[in-house]
Amino acid sequence: MDVFLQQIVNAVSLGGIYALLALGLAVVFSIVSLINFAHGELMTVAGYGLFFAIAVSLPFPFALILAILMAVAVALLTERFAFRPMRKADVTGLLLTSFAVSAILRVFFQNGISARPKPVPLPGALSGTVSIGFADVGIVPLLSIVTTAVSLLLLTLFLKRTTLGKAMRAAAEDFQVLRLMGIKANRVISVAFAVSGALAGISAVLWIAQRGSVDPLMGFVPVLKAFVAAVIGGLGSLSGAVAGGFALGILEVLFQAFLPAAALPFRDAFVLGVVVLILVWRPDGLIPAPVSRRS
Amino acid sequence: MLEVTGLKVKYGEAMAVKGISLSVPQGAIVVLLGANGAGKSSTLNAIMGLVPSAGGISFAGSGISGQPTEAIVRLGLSLTPEGRRVFPSLTVAENLHLGGAAHASGTALADRVEAELTRFPILRERYHQKAGLLSGGEQQMLAIARALMPAPRLLLLDEPSLGLAPLIVDQVFDLILSLKARGLTVLLVEQNAARALEIADYGYVLQTGEIVLEGTGRELAASDLVRQAYLSE
Repeated sequence: MDVFLQQIVNAVSLGGIYALLALGLAVVFSIVSLINFAHGELMTVAGYGLFFAIAVSLPFPFALILAILMAVAVALLTERFAFRPMRKADVTGLLLTSFAVSAILRVFFQNGISARPKPVPLPGALSGTVSIGFADVGIVPLLSIVTTAVSLLLLTLFLKRTTLGKAMRAAAEDFQVLRLMGIKANRVISVAFAVSGALAGISAVLWIAQRGSVDPLMGFVPVLKAFVAAVIGGLGSLSGAVAGGFALGILEVLFQAFLPAAALPFRDAFVLGVVVLILVWRPDGLIPAPVSRRS
Repeated sequence: MLEVTGLKVKYGEAMAVKGISLSVPQGAIVVLLGANGAGKSSTLNAIMGLVPSAGGISFAGSGISGQPTEAIVRLGLSLTPEGRRVFPSLTVAENLHLGGAAHASGTALADRVEAELTRFPILRERYHQKAGLLSGGEQQMLAIARALMPAPRLLLLDEPSLGLAPLIVDQVFDLILSLKARGLTVLLVEQNAARALEIADYGYVLQTGEIVLEGTGRELAASDLVRQAYLSE
């Protein structure tokens, strides 16, 4: 029973990270039809931000904030200097730009910092466990769940209550008409990238909290998973991205926990097999994005 | 108030608008007639800067061609696009809010919303519903209300009666007249030529991207071309 509870906590915390990452991809995709493959590098940027902030002995909370702000800053810079000049290009052009940005950042990490993993020492208080009822559960997965929930709540409030949030939702449905309201397109797009950077930064911090190190390729695997999650959920749909993220995280942990040992090396094949079945059942994803109407 | 000279719009190799000139005097209702694909919507979209165009467009004496849409809206032009295009998953309240958000804030914005709800009582009833759940007529009212939120001086309406029940069409044309009575200038694109010419001060007939006829509403309604092509009774 306690193993089961631990697995649920693990599943929800992993799913939460995927959900935040998939949400970051979806926020940008829903507005500019770009699948930003440099999203993983935003995570890595936040990882190195945390590493350096702790190395110069900044207090831990400040180090966290700095790491997330660095991901936001790099997201805004890549939008301004890489994606905005390419906006008139077609979707393929934007996609290739994101591969280029991703490759440039990765080479920068490898040659400018180090190709080897850098340990990120976290405060000792995070490494313990707490007892919930009759099970011991890790503090990191629990904090991860709380952080995910708070992030989702804040993002929802932003999208529902603020003018910029409403404009972002409107932009996802009909960008041209939003411009007809006199709302500046570039500003809405910048905010979308900033939000996606913040989500990547938060995910990076949670990811590192479970692994304790950062390396140049850190963002690659989680963002690949997040892309799968975004597709399961329905590409471009924000609630779909969250649903897809949790679904993928839960699937991975379930197979990890309950597959026989001999089949464990093929865990991802089982997970992706279920993903294929989901897409056969619902080709547009669990919660499809509204079809945008453009003239 | 609006002067268009030698306007050309090209999509790839296809020339949708082939150098037309038209003029919309202050306080008037000017109508653009024409069949599907004649270039009516392209003309409106070019005026709003939504599609690239060549030629001159000036509003209240200053050139606006080449300016971004956001800037053109700030000068006092507003378009209700073809097919209404309300934001379907946003509520009526949110649609109206976004319509005015770039032009007013706080109580001034709330006052503008209140003014539109008074003008369109049905929107007050539907205030917290998603726009996508409204009927076609209600969506058209919302689209017009949203386009009025910036308090424009010139309103461009693209096919406001398309697909609406006759009773609602009456309401839309009554509304256009009442907007004119309040001093708003209107450039109207319509398929319903009979109704449009009743309220128009002046009109142009477009065929495959060129103006083939122009005149007052009454002159056009009496012309052979309009009677045969658009007023088949």
